[in-house]
Amino acid sequence: MANFIDRRLNPKGKSLANRQRFIRRARAEIKEAVQKSLKDRTVSDFAKDQKISIPTKSTKEPRFRLDPSAGGENERVLPGNKDFVEGDQIKKPRQGEGQGRGKDASTSGDFEDDFSFTLSQDEILDIFFEDLELPNLVKTALKEIKVYSWRRAGFTTSGSPTQINLVRTMRNSFGRRLAMRRPKEEEIDALRERVTALRCGATPDAEKRELIAELEEEIARLEHRRKWVPFLDPVDVRFNAFEQQPIPTSQAVMFCLMDVSGSMGEREKDLAKRFFMLLHLFLRRRYERLDVVFIRHTHDAQEVDEHTFFYSRQSGGTIVSTALEEMKKIVAERYATGEWNIYAAQASDGYTQTGDASRCVDLLNQDLMPICQYYAYIEILDEREMEVFSSDESGAELWRAYRTVAKQWKNFATKRIAKPQDIFPVFRELFAKETAAAEAKA
Amino acid sequence: MSKLLFTGAEWDFAQLKNVFSAIEDVAVGDLKLDTYPNQIEIIASEQMLDAYSAHGMPLMYHHWSFGKIFAREETMYQKGWQALAYEIVINSNPCISYLMEENTMTMQALVMAHACFGHNHFFKNNYLFRQWTNAESILDYLAFAKKYVMACEEKYGADQVEQILDSAHAIMEQGVFRYRRPPRPSKTQQQERLRKRQQYEEESFNDLWRTLPGSARDMSADLASVDEDDIVGLQAPLNLPEENLIYFLEKHSPVLTNWQREVLRIVRNVAQYFYPQMQTKVMNEGCATFVHHYIMNALYDRGQIGAGSMLEFMHSHSSVVMQPGFDDSRYYGINPYALGFAMMSDIKRVSEEPTPEDEEWFPEFAGKGDWRDVLKHAWTNYRDESFIQQFLSPKVMRDLKLFAVRDTAEDPVYTVSAIHNELGYRRLRTSLARLYDLATHQPDIQVVGANLAGDRTLTLRHNRHRDIPLAQGAKEAVIKHVRRLWGYSVVLDEPEDTEES
Repeated sequence: MANFIDRRLNPKGKSLANRQRFIRRARAEIKEAVQKSLKDRTVSDFAKDQKISIPTKSTKEPRFRLDPSAGGENERVLPGNKDFVEGDQIKKPRQGEGQGRGKDASTSGDFEDDFSFTLSQDEILDIFFEDLELPNLVKTALKEIKVYSWRRAGFTTSGSPTQINLVRTMRNSFGRRLAMRRPKEEEIDALRERVTALRCGATPDAEKRELIAELEEEIARLEHRRKWVPFLDPVDVRFNAFEQQPIPTSQAVMFCLMDVSGSMGEREKDLAKRFFMLLHLFLRRRYERLDVVFIRHTHDAQEVDEHTFFYSRQSGGTIVSTALEEMKKIVAERYATGEWNIYAAQASDGYTQTGDASRCVDLLNQDLMPICQYYAYIEILDEREMEVFSSDESGAELWRAYRTVAKQWKNFATKRIAKPQDIFPVFRELFAKETAAAEAKA
Repeated sequence: MSKLLFTGAEWDFAQLKNVFSAIEDVAVGDLKLDTYPNQIEIIASEQMLDAYSAHGMPLMYHHWSFGKIFAREETMYQKGWQALAYEIVINSNPCISYLMEENTMTMQALVMAHACFGHNHFFKNNYLFRQWTNAESILDYLAFAKKYVMACEEKYGADQVEQILDSAHAIMEQGVFRYRRPPRPSKTQQQERLRKRQQYEEESFNDLWRTLPGSARDMSADLASVDEDDIVGLQAPLNLPEENLIYFLEKHSPVLTNWQREVLRIVRNVAQYFYPQMQTKVMNEGCATFVHHYIMNALYDRGQIGAGSMLEFMHSHSSVVMQPGFDDSRYYGINPYALGFAMMSDIKRVSEEPTPEDEEWFPEFAGKGDWRDVLKHAWTNYRDESFIQQFLSPKVMRDLKLFAVRDTAEDPVYTVSAIHNELGYRRLRTSLARLYDLATHQPDIQVVGANLAGDRTLTLRHNRHRDIPLAQGAKEAVIKHVRRLWGYSVVLDEPEDTEES
């Protein structure tokens, strides 16, 4: 008879370790393929599994192979003959023709096709965000430590019943029972059976009665011993012990400022939102302990939640400085500058009420830039404008004003986006790792 | 009361057990199969994918190439381009078969008959498996291998281990022993033997022998040849030529450390374990397919499975043994299930209802009716190549419409050299048998020299078969790997055809 085992509940993903090794191996190729395939994708697509193809350069597994096309004589046997007779001649296809089907074509040749497989969303994001980080994450002023993690710390003799460690407990119990010679249930049962066997049948004679008495005495002794040596004794019990371990954290907050005024068309708003979505995805993934503050503004700024920020509509005039004021207010209220690393990203079409630009510059220079680790300004243009303002020097009022800020502050960055395809490269430029950026400059 | 073992597609463990014993009844009672004890494990599709990627083994050391297979299979499966196998069976004792949970009850019955009895019988009895694999210990060995490789990764770094595994995998096909032979006598043993012989001759010296004509053998010639050997003495303990590249490098590489040699050994043992399977694809699958076909029909005849299930079985059986023609878009080489099943069914036919042609071709068993013994004898004592050479009948060649095509590299045309007619049968059969001889499509590469006294160059030789050369690009890539394992320069000779074919 066969032994049936249900393995369906066994842990899955046994191949994960191998898969990770494969991805590490093909890192460079996969990265290139991901970057390429991301170019034309929207942000919402971004968070899906997707199929990619990579060249087989670093994952080739060479073997010694025979190459019958290069020389020698080879005979094959094929099924399904229809009208060939012995001696028929069939013209060979020229090089390159008729390739691509059948195992022979791919294994005997030296070249292999691209290798296609599916990357999960997590893997894609990991690869995309791999060499990105928030710049100047320095103010690691450790606030009074509030975060702890639980860590295993061996076993204890006291604890709550839910933490009981069965394996340890039973091991102790078993050892103690062996050492103390606790009589087994079967032993007693065997004796009892003998007694019953002796009792039934004819009335027992004296000899038998004596034997029964003896046996019963023995049973009583064993029973007593069983009581005396319990199956499970409190000394056996062990509990899993845990202890708290403090985790040092540095705190950071990201301000997302977006212009939603009437001058921003649907297209511009969409681009800005995509940018922030990507930013949001990045931050959530890389920095677990990070506050994100969303501020949107028309002629008036307000702090909103994530959902409102990305999905609700509003329109009105444009006063950019209100958003900066709001940010300043929030920082003063909630984020003491000594303890928090402060970042900001602002998206706008570059138009604001006349005269407001200089006010923005003042606010930035005097209040915000001294406390910010990094400030990124993204201007959304339409493609026609992008051609007009091809140089960094020319631009709308806000752009020109912000350029003066950028000259003063090293940690102030300005970029322009006109097409969805610009988002990924601009994003990468803004958050490229310091070292990588430095190398690129050198 | 109905004798049906099950109705409908759903299965549960009680039903599986019932069906299994019914199958066992036919397999052991009727076919008289001899199997390892069975262990049947039910798994989900993801676990099947996991099993795929590690050569179908439940345990395997970690390497990125398995991840590559996994990534591809996963994509193929998720996109619906390819269904998963219904079962995987492992040559171990007890014989482990994996059944997919998605299978219907009919499919589970088919798969149990196929794997737990067909493959299992073949694994236990075929001479190649008996000689080269150790079903008792394979799982323990793989557990050891996995642990060992993991420990090495921890101690020496994953990259170091990966490099060795990459290089070993590159010559995995050249890492098997193909022939058993006694160990060669060492130098001292040789001298000892010679000394004994001399001593014997001295003791039994009789001057009379000298007077016999044609016996002027001079003992000193033997001694001289030994001295000559001493000149190349450094080579002698290498036992060259050596066909097992991995074994040679493991024992004699000047640069490898102990753990690296052990890793090579692991790869070599895995390669050796799979070597018989590569030589018996047609027989192994044919045996399993024949057995499941016979058992399912027997169950139907006994009234134990219904007509609906039988139809489902027929559908799935016929798609397994389908052989598309060479010009069909589905053609992917000769289907081992189709060929094996056709040949084995034909043995049964020849044994029961022979035609005059069969009488002529298979006088040993035609019409004798003992097909069970003939098949069992074949399953035990043959591999694909010899099985085809011995048992492929004209009828099967006609049914499959086989024809042979000769391809000479310089010729601008292929020539049809034989078709399924009186003139062609024997030639066709030999040609097909050759195709299943691993020696003809795996390059024969041997270590022929290692200059240990000089610059330590390792010389490999490719003995061309029918003058077919090695593919150039791959050859250079593999030689780089061999160089990494040997540590010094490696050359590969490829002399023109050295053997007569």
